[in-house]
Amino acid sequence: MRTELEKGSGTTGVTGKGGAAAPAHAAAPAGEVKADVRGLSFFYGRHQALKGIDLAFEANRVTAIIGPSGCGKSTLLRCFNRIHDLYPDTRYEGRILLQPSGVDIVAPETDPVEMRMRIGMVFQKPNAFPKSIYENVAFGPRINGFPGSLNDIVEQSLRAAALWDEVKDRLHEGALGLSGGQQQRLCIARALAVDPEVLLMDEPASALDPIATQKIEELVYELKENYTIVIVTHNMQQAARVSDRTAFFMLGKLVEVDETRTIFMNPKEKLTEDYITGRFG
Amino acid sequence: MKDLERISSPASLAAGGHPRLDAAPPLTSGNRWVYLKERLVESLMMLAAFSSVLTTLGIVGILVYESSTFFAHVSVREFLTDTLWTPLFSNPRFGILPLVAGTLVTTTVALAVALPVGTVVAIYLSEFAHPKVREVVKPALELLSAVPTVVYGYFALQFMSPLLQKLIPGLPTFNMLSAGVVMGIMIIPYVSSLSEDAMRAVPMSLREGAYALGANKIITAVRVVYPAALSGIVASYVLAISRAIGETMIVAIAAGMQPNLTLDPREPAETITAFIVQVSLGDLPHGSVGYQSIFAAGLVLFLMTLVFNIGGYILRKRFREAY
Amino acid sequence: MGDFSGIIAKRRRQDFIFNVVGVVCTLVGIVTLGALLVDLLMDGLGRLDRAFLTSFPSRFAARAGIYSSWVGTLLIMLVTACTAVPLGVAAGVYLEEYARKNWLTSLIEINIANLAGVPSIIYGLMALGLLVYQFRLGQSILTGGLTLAFLILPIVIVATREALRTIPQGIREAALALGSTKWQVVRHHLLPYSIGGTLTGIIIALSRAIGETAPLITIGALTFIAFLPPPPLQAQPPFVSAGWLWSPFSVLPIQMFNWVSRPDPEFVVNAAGAGLILIIVTLSLNAVAIFIRYRVRKRIKW
Repeated sequence: MRTELEKGSGTTGVTGKGGAAAPAHAAAPAGEVKADVRGLSFFYGRHQALKGIDLAFEANRVTAIIGPSGCGKSTLLRCFNRIHDLYPDTRYEGRILLQPSGVDIVAPETDPVEMRMRIGMVFQKPNAFPKSIYENVAFGPRINGFPGSLNDIVEQSLRAAALWDEVKDRLHEGALGLSGGQQQRLCIARALAVDPEVLLMDEPASALDPIATQKIEELVYELKENYTIVIVTHNMQQAARVSDRTAFFMLGKLVEVDETRTIFMNPKEKLTEDYITGRFG
Repeated sequence: MKDLERISSPASLAAGGHPRLDAAPPLTSGNRWVYLKERLVESLMMLAAFSSVLTTLGIVGILVYESSTFFAHVSVREFLTDTLWTPLFSNPRFGILPLVAGTLVTTTVALAVALPVGTVVAIYLSEFAHPKVREVVKPALELLSAVPTVVYGYFALQFMSPLLQKLIPGLPTFNMLSAGVVMGIMIIPYVSSLSEDAMRAVPMSLREGAYALGANKIITAVRVVYPAALSGIVASYVLAISRAIGETMIVAIAAGMQPNLTLDPREPAETITAFIVQVSLGDLPHGSVGYQSIFAAGLVLFLMTLVFNIGGYILRKRFREAY
Repeated sequence: MGDFSGIIAKRRRQDFIFNVVGVVCTLVGIVTLGALLVDLLMDGLGRLDRAFLTSFPSRFAARAGIYSSWVGTLLIMLVTACTAVPLGVAAGVYLEEYARKNWLTSLIEINIANLAGVPSIIYGLMALGLLVYQFRLGQSILTGGLTLAFLILPIVIVATREALRTIPQGIREAALALGSTKWQVVRHHLLPYSIGGTLTGIIIALSRAIGETAPLITIGALTFIAFLPPPPLQAQPPFVSAGWLWSPFSVLPIQMFNWVSRPDPEFVVNAAGAGLILIIVTLSLNAVAIFIRYRVRKRIKW
């Protein structure tokens, strides 16, 4: 059931769009900082959705972000891959540094398209393209100018997403014929195919039934060996099951961040404790 | 739509709807070619979008330009108030009223057919008919608007007119009634399709409220659904009016080509549109007053439909935003 | 409380009466369409034969045919399609995916909504003043094709936009999140997924253009033309010629109009024949469009 993904120490020659080689991401030893959020604020027009966030994300670990509705968790996620740029009247302050290259993701000089090539995202509602399963996974490498064998990368990614065995005989059939859970794993495979330095997951299981949810959670747990994962979830039990570190947000501010065990057993802030114990939601 | 709710804020809600692919990416080294291509593609598309603006400018420009030469010879007062339109005579008169009357009478006859019938059909399809019936009938009715208008003109002259002559003794072959009735039938789908869409968009909860009070279908339809869908329904009426005013071939063939200032639909008359056709068929020297009169008439026509088109657009936007 | 049964009976009656009224009104349109088709068939079917399709118009009704008219229609449609489709789809994509929501975009949108409702004869007037005289394009196939292209441009734009709107935003976000540029999203996803709906709209627009008479009369299409425009493809080099673009022309609806306006009943038969061909062509195109729309809806269920 659990297949090891054959990967070297992260060298997968993905060339960037213009020929300037994007740094092949080295799998950093766990414990080192992969993404460093410093003083990040985010504004929709005049409304400030994130207030001075300082948060470090460790490499090859799963960090969960929890908090009540409207606290800014998805907003933070979307800063990482500059999806906010699609909407008018949005503004970033502060920095998100991607290590080890030191690139500031939210700096105006940084190319958002390049950032999106290096950072993958899985959305809440599975959004597989109405193409074949193969084409879904191959799309990312194709447009990023991947020089190697597409067949190989498709197989690797589908194996990494624990979907290969289920679809290997129907790679060229339509992706929309898969079940919801399978489609979500396909979206994960699709994101993995471009070898992201950070994998963002925005409530990836909330639209799925419990069995599919369990498969996704197992998958996240496996993936952290090779990827840095940030997962937003409104389901606290899920955060407790799946993550190494948990950050609790409220009204756009980071209230507390710590090892998951600590947050759930022994939180330092009263607000955190109130949220965990369900005094408000 | 939950993810959309979470990322939408007052600002982006006001801006409206789904992501515009807005990011203006800065140039990083080596990416120059790709972004040049992106900019080029976007510029070409923008030019294409502007072609619509150029069309309007072209229309307005030509109408105003040629009309201005016309109005150098004919006073606006005479144009708007004289009751005879004889621009091709050696002693020409340029009162547009007969043409306007012809247009208005044929339009009124057409609307007298299309509005009630179209509305009834819309209510029937939306509230009463079995879904399978609606699936078949709706495209069938839309075919009505797909028939070329010259064929309708033929039908009006060869079929409707003789039929009406049997019902109304003394009816001349060319008359505004047969043209108007056929025009009305052609316009039915404009009214019925849009009105039905508007009514179907009314949430079931409103109907359920009425039914729960013991209302039957017709009462619910007329007193609850129809008023709730009103802006969409009126938008369809406005569209029908604009279509009727601008119709050319049916009236050119069946209503006659003699200007006639009358409100009696049993008489023949010429509409603004038929007049323009009449002149174009003939041999008018470019630049003569007769030639320019078609632009002046066209200007009047354009202004009439402009009012209704913009009114309809505003109403349709309101109806869409309501749900 | 016997009152209730009276009210209930009355309400049932009302519903029943309206059901009848509704059916009758619905039938008005459908019966008319049927009567129209039957009338045309009865009057014109007998006239349709090979000679009719390959003869030029003539003063003698029995010898007159629609050769020059349908060739003219075909050539005009070529110009119209080649102009309106790329322009309209590009404009639709721009307005739906690229344009920022500001006053300029709203102006363009209102403008298109107005253009869709402008009477077709006004397009003829514009083309007469602008294309025929100012730009010296003459009363040619080029002018005619461009006139109709402007006429159907708003329809193509709206059809493209509506088709793009059916694509859920999740798809755009997913494609962008993988590092696509705007154009890559449009080219690899939005256009392929929306092509069915756009094509339906294009076919309906072209079918409308085929039946248009008034604007072409206004720019000076001839009603009696006893020759064909020079062919676009030739046997000698340079094999392709553009001479046909500048040729005078007639189209099928104008020919029908000309015949129906004559008092001679023999010409009425000719008109019926021409009308039959027109209806067959336009209804077939609409049927194709409806079929495509149905197939597309079955294929991709978001």
